[in-house]
Parts: sequence; structure tokens; C-alpha cells
Amino acid sequence: MIEVFLAIGLLIALTILLSLYRAALGPGVFNRVTAVNVIGTKTIVLLVIIGYYFERPLFFDISLLYAVLNFIGTLAFAKYLERGEVWSK
Amino acid sequence: MVEIIEIIVMIFLAAGIFFMFTGVVGLLRLPDFYTRLHATGKCDTLGEVLIIAGLLLYHLFHYPETPLVPVKLLFLIIFIFLANPTATHAIMKAAYNTGVKPWKKGDARM
Repeated sequence: MIEVFLAIGLLIALTILLSLYRAALGPGVFNRVTAVNVIGTKTIVLLVIIGYYFERPLFFDISLLYAVLNFIGTLAFAKYLERGEVWSK
Repeated sequence: MVEIIEIIVMIFLAAGIFFMFTGVVGLLRLPDFYTRLHATGKCDTLGEVLIIAGLLLYHLFHYPETPLVPVKLLFLIIFIFLANPTATHAIMKAAYNTGVKPWKKGDARM
């Protein structure tokens, strides 16, 4: 089962590498924000897989924290691009 | 019993990887911003929820001495299911309000 986890982790890393193309070259800022959001949500799953591969449950807490940070970062970026400011009055 | 559970977990993981690759192919191949967001917003959510559900099942049968750790994975599933479509909707609304035009048939790829 450990080999299965290793293979799944490498495949997720391959999908992250493929979506890095859109983050680097995508025309316009919205394509880049979309690609960064996709990379962040894939990283959450990759952290859980790493936690099972090395048998350390500590990685699940890091994964939860990363999920919250990714969500808030994407929301702040969308609001900044829409209104020109993050804290609206 | 354990072999059957492992086969079910492998099916969950393979289905999740399939959906994640489908989302990445949509992100790379589709013609404009809205269609790319349409592809990634649904495929990524479903793929990640499937993979984490498979790992939760694996944990329940392989480490029954720590039954509180899968609760974290359950929180992660609920959070991804709520937060990922919300983030997708926020990006789409920001792009629409700042005047990004949708792609029509016959236009050049953006």
C-alpha cells in the first residue's frame, strides 16, 4: 500500500507541474489566479498523502492550515482585483 | 477483509487521480478563462474529496487505535466542499465585473 501512496503522490506532483504552465504563461491575471488556486488545492491532498507515506499524522494539521490560507488568499486576491482594495468601507 | 478494503481504497484513489487529470487537461486546453474555471472548479473538488475519502477509509481499518485522526480528514473534506466552489465563484465574479469578455465561436483562443 506504501507503493500506491508513492505513485499517487508522484501523479499529483505531475498534475501540479502541468498546471504550473498556466500559472506561468497564462494570458492575463485571472488565469494565473485560477492556476494558483488549483495548485494550492492539489497541495492539500499532496500533504495528506505525504502524511500517510511517512506515517506522520502531523501533516494533517499542516494540511488543514494550508486549506484555510489558500481559501483566504484566493478570496483576498479576487476582491482586490475587483475593487482595487481589500478592506472596503 | 483487509484486501477488500485495500482494493476499495485503490478504486477511490484512482477515481480521484482521474478527476484531477481531467481538471488539468481542461485548464490547459480550453479556449478562455471562464471555461477553464468551469473545468477546474468541479473536477478538482470532486477529485480531492474522493482521494481524502479513500485515505479516511484506509485509516479507519489500518489504524483503529487512533480513531480521532480521521475526524481531521472529515473536517478537511467538509471545508474543501464548502470553500473550493466559493473561491471559484469569487474569481468568476471579479473577472465578470472587471469586464473580461467570454469566448465566442470563431474568436481566437485567449
